Amino acid sequence: MSSAPETVPTRYMHAINAGMADVLERDPTAVVMGIDVAAGGGIFTVTKGLSERFGADRVIDTPISEMGYVGAAVGAAMTGLRPIVEIMFMDFLGVCLDPIMNQAAKLRYMTAGALEIPIVFRTQTGAGKSAGAQHSQSLEAMVAHVPGLKVVMPGTVTDAKDLLIQAAADPNPVVYVENRRLYSMKGALDEDPRPLGQARVAVPGDDVTVVTWGQMVRECMAAAEASSASIEVIDLRSLVPLDMDTVLASAARTGRLLVVHEAVQDFGAGAEIAARAGQELFDLLRVPIRRIGTPSVPMPFTPTLEQLLMPQRDQIVRAADEMVAEG
Amino acid sequence: MTPAPPEAQPDARPTPPNQAPPLRELHATVALVRAFELAVAALYRDGEVPGFVHTSLGQEAVAAGVAAALRPDDYLATTHRGHGHVLAKGADVDAMMAELFGKVTGLGRGKGGSMHIADPALGILGANAIVGAGIPLIVGAALSSKQLGQDRVAVAFFGEGAVNQGSFHEAVNLAAIWNLPAIFLCENNLYAEFTDSSTMTRIGSVAERAIGGYGVHAATVDGNDAAAVHAATVDAADRCRRGEGPVLIEAMTYRWHGHYEGDGQTYKPDNEASRWRERDPLTVLRARIVAEGLGSDDELDAVERVADERIERAVTAARAAELPAGEEAYEHVFGA
Ligand SMILES: Cc1ncc(C[n+]2csc(CCOP(=O)(O)OP(=O)(O)O)c2C)c(N)n1
Repeated sequence: MSSAPETVPTRYMHAINAGMADVLERDPTAVVMGIDVAAGGGIFTVTKGLSERFGADRVIDTPISEMGYVGAAVGAAMTGLRPIVEIMFMDFLGVCLDPIMNQAAKLRYMTAGALEIPIVFRTQTGAGKSAGAQHSQSLEAMVAHVPGLKVVMPGTVTDAKDLLIQAAADPNPVVYVENRRLYSMKGALDEDPRPLGQARVAVPGDDVTVVTWGQMVRECMAAAEASSASIEVIDLRSLVPLDMDTVLASAARTGRLLVVHEAVQDFGAGAEIAARAGQELFDLLRVPIRRIGTPSVPMPFTPTLEQLLMPQRDQIVRAADEMVAEG
Repeated sequence: MTPAPPEAQPDARPTPPNQAPPLRELHATVALVRAFELAVAALYRDGEVPGFVHTSLGQEAVAAGVAAALRPDDYLATTHRGHGHVLAKGADVDAMMAELFGKVTGLGRGKGGSMHIADPALGILGANAIVGAGIPLIVGAALSSKQLGQDRVAVAFFGEGAVNQGSFHEAVNLAAIWNLPAIFLCENNLYAEFTDSSTMTRIGSVAERAIGGYGVHAATVDGNDAAAVHAATVDAADRCRRGEGPVLIEAMTYRWHGHYEGDGQTYKPDNEASRWRERDPLTVLRARIVAEGLGSDDELDAVERVADERIERAVTAARAAELPAGEEAYEHVFGA
């Protein structure tokens, strides 16, 4: 019983909320856990109303004990519950990485499949609002680097809901990363959810393939509109699994590949995509693959420096235009 | 850069319990912090200060009492709600205000912000945006002090919400087994974000948790009474300098504003805030000063006016200051 009628435009944050409600409604073993997720409705009001609707046993307020409650959520996932556990800011992974990286990610493998850990680590990122260096990091490459974790980054309203529902239904640990700058974005919910693991061509084009995810989908779509080049924007939707088929098919056709992400560029997910595309498409690419990410510095507080560092629309347009001019 | 280590004082005796607290100094500090926080709340509301801002309005007595009991070279680490602690420890008002504005004249050249104010030259190792993270850092500072024979005390400020974080427990235990000169200063303002903190522990008293859990000396004080906080901190610092190991102080207080500026505070019961405002740290101090004949209302008004003017000047200067240049974004990532 999802709350929003499928045709009415809704906001990204409400789509996440509807996704959680859907999961809680359909699966009595599902629980939502986190700091201020119940009575407080979430620091960004994303979990608002869930505890009233499903009760304090299903929507559980925790102390500020990330190591404890994230670990407990992993343990619960091994033993019959299906937790959606919130890590309020992605930066706080620093406080609770062990249960995610050493426990959830590895136990299925080490037990030869005897243990199943169906859990969603729900978190959010999104620089650009002067939250400072400890509240602005996009760490998706860090978690994607750990074998055994799926990593999902919804960049549209419908994916905010659909991917959450699919993540919760997945038998594996999934890190589900929201972007808080998208919370108020409006969009439609699709009737037929696209499967987790499948990329989406957000904007079709012929000259340059731009691969992106999360908040940068919106930036890249705007860049596609602004550019004189015909840009194809691919919204990856998940880093793990990584749908390289869609990327390769597009880049083989355009001969130009640009990867754009909000996370810092060095050792970022863009490098992985570029390496794989370089290997597969060496003969087909007309110009060297390019990446745009935030330069590798801790995110400064002051708005002007933050804007300077974050990938911007015109930077994407310029890169695409240059690539076309190059050949 | 840190100040030169002071002479060791092996025979330092405890402060006599009847030693008069520096009431006028405490009043001036509370007035300064109050003026700073009121100004910042208004500036944030008006969109002049970006990011997140967490004010310490109502809790200023803790900052004043602790700082007045410390030596200039003692260490301090604090939290997202750290403006008062940092100001009381002596950070430059102009440089602090400029940091909140994100200006290049700020303590972190605009790169830190409200939650990351630091001034290592004054022993201020930094505010922090990760709940509980400053506590082990302070244990490390206390370890340095001890190993280097510096006789410096290290104080970690944190809220009662942080006491459920593993970092608190690991840090207090470390300080206990290593007998370090660390003061764990818990400001218990009853709420952690939107949560009534009493619902998150079976043992309401943080002091009891420290005593029973880790065998450290602990005291509970009225956190709205700067003189009481001062006395407790003097005692704690003396114990630390005598080599008796860490002390935890739980200062009971209340935050007047929301968790962050803009928080609607629907989680607070009616009348609770107004009851606490009756125990305004500023009026508590004023009443005592007047009663003891240490100053008149007029004199105290004048002190508060001076504080207001000082903050106004800082705001004017911060407004006028330059934003950091673009290259600044790439500096200080690594040292040479
Ligand atoms: C590791 C971590 N978890 C959660 C948060 C979000 N958060 C910021 S302040 C806060 C409440 C802190 O409460 P308390 O320690 O009592 O300090 P107070 O805000 O009352 O001063 C929370 C949960 C955080 N910053 N870091």
